[in-house]
Amino acid sequence: MQFFFEVLIGGLLSGVLYALVALGFVLIYKASGVFNFAQGAMVFFAALTFVGFLEVLPGWTGMEEGGRAVFWLAFVLSLAAMVVLAIATEKFVLRPLVNQPPITLFMATIGLTFLVEGIAQGIWGANVRGLDLGIADVPIEYMMDNFNILISSFDVFAAAVAAVLVAALALFFQYTRIGRALRAVADDHQAALSIGIPLRHIWVIVWAVAGFVALVAGMIWGARNGVQFALTFTALKALPVLILGGFTSVPGAIVGGLIIGASEKLAEVYVGPFVGGGIESWFPYILALGFLLVRPEGLFGEKHIDRV
Amino acid sequence: MLYREAGQFKASYEADQQIFPILQDRIGVMLLIGFFALAVPLFADQYWLKAILIPVLIFSLAAIGLNILTGYAGQLSLGSAAFMAVGAFGAYNFMLRIDGMPFLVAILLGGLCAALVGVMFGLPSLRIKGFYLAVATLAAQFFIVWALVKIEWFSNYSSSGVITAQQIEILGFAFEGPQSKYLLTLFVVVMMALAAKNMVRSTTGRSWMAVRDMDVAAEVIGIRLMRTKLTAFAVSSFYCGVAGALYAYTYIGTVEPEGFNLDLSFKILFMIIIGGVGSIMGSFLGAAFIVLLPIALDVFVPMLLGDLVSSSFVSNLQLIVFGGLIVFFLIVEPHGLARLWQIGKEKLRLWPFPH
Repeated sequence: MQFFFEVLIGGLLSGVLYALVALGFVLIYKASGVFNFAQGAMVFFAALTFVGFLEVLPGWTGMEEGGRAVFWLAFVLSLAAMVVLAIATEKFVLRPLVNQPPITLFMATIGLTFLVEGIAQGIWGANVRGLDLGIADVPIEYMMDNFNILISSFDVFAAAVAAVLVAALALFFQYTRIGRALRAVADDHQAALSIGIPLRHIWVIVWAVAGFVALVAGMIWGARNGVQFALTFTALKALPVLILGGFTSVPGAIVGGLIIGASEKLAEVYVGPFVGGGIESWFPYILALGFLLVRPEGLFGEKHIDRV
Repeated sequence: MLYREAGQFKASYEADQQIFPILQDRIGVMLLIGFFALAVPLFADQYWLKAILIPVLIFSLAAIGLNILTGYAGQLSLGSAAFMAVGAFGAYNFMLRIDGMPFLVAILLGGLCAALVGVMFGLPSLRIKGFYLAVATLAAQFFIVWALVKIEWFSNYSSSGVITAQQIEILGFAFEGPQSKYLLTLFVVVMMALAAKNMVRSTTGRSWMAVRDMDVAAEVIGIRLMRTKLTAFAVSSFYCGVAGALYAYTYIGTVEPEGFNLDLSFKILFMIIIGGVGSIMGSFLGAAFIVLLPIALDVFVPMLLGDLVSSSFVSNLQLIVFGGLIVFFLIVEPHGLARLWQIGKEKLRLWPFPH
């Protein structure tokens, strides 16, 4: 039973990371109706930029290597890079493709994926880098002593960050002027335009916020598994999460992430041995597919109605 | 001046419904096929045949397959490479396990296996569409590759699922050199492309397009959605499957399931975006473009920039150019190279007069 809980909690915590990536998808989909396949590439780009700045900044500015100042400066600069990326995306990809069918925009973001990956590696190089956020990756002793369950403190930290991020985004959407404008745009583009909400600005903001989420997700993933090309695959894992949770729901992304994370780990451990292992690669998709057949709009998604 | 249909009257329905109603087009296509069937194998060197022409033909076939599903029936698929894998492994097993299996029948049976699997993964398309369906086809992509690696029977218990294609032999003639393999590929691809061209002009193809343009409206005018979508999946996967079998037998020789990964699926998707969504001609143009572009970059970038750049730069440049081109084509010419071809022909009709 302890082993079951260990696997379950491990899965839930990796689910938190999926949820972080999925969150970026949901933000963009809600505000611009674009299914942003490039979210994984953005995570990769953000993490690589952050690590890259950590490496070069001490040389440029003479700051102490590994210090607090370097960390925050790198964070701010990476964030600025994500904002630049958001502006460029809006200007060169989204604006010319306004009013195109969603599938075209989707394919454009696949192109964007390759573009961003190429640029990121072109600037910073393709080798795998470690990232140390200064958070210990050791089992929490309290859980170890009392329940005999192994939980890493780093994973708990990641979960806490995700929780804070979601809460902050929820507050931002609920109570700020920009947040309200974002929700208006998500609701109805034309109505939002007609009451004077600048659509373009909103798009830039929402892509920049998604870039911020990507940066946080990339830092946590990167600290866990190294900053490498494989980060782009997180986007693929986030897709079943979205299907489960619904494309338009922030809580859905979180709940979906938790379900996918937990179920894939449990399936790998308990079902995997019977079929030869490695089922983690496709299990989430099949789960999502099965789910789609019962509830096509996801757990929290809006019901889709076709009109002729 | 040369390219004008004035004076060519159509006196029968047959004449009106030809694939190429204009005489010059017919002659052009004949010349093109003649050129590729006779002149190319005689004069092209081994490298061109093996590394460029054969893959272009095979990817054209796969692109036609995806174009049928995505371009004509409007169902986005990210799993075409997996269906190619099913075709390759299917053909391999038919050749392996049935004595005296004729090669052409084996690749067609391989294609049929892919069609069956395609229908299975197409079933969700009845309830879901758009992005959701794209994710469902991703399930096919990952699941099929996993199954081919893990179920060792498929690869005859070789390590990590690697198979080596058997010798191709038709009526006692062994296809060994690149010339003969190229001709074989050309034959299969031309036949299937003609079939596809005819199919998209028939009732089937028209109902695909109706479903693509608006499925509810199509249903209202009496098109059976289920049958239409599933035939699209079946035919598309069949084409991809045959392409996969050719990929294993006439191109690579030794394949593993991991070779048919998501990247290959994306490549095929790029072919139809750049070539032209919803065009058979475009599938060929797109495949040629995507196969030739990396080779051209490999050759010309070091030549232009000399020793300034490393090989990793070239591979990154490839990603950037691919991505940039996709975005560029989607914005500037959503109908791809095929549309440019069309415009060229229109211009040629008037030439040398301005109007």
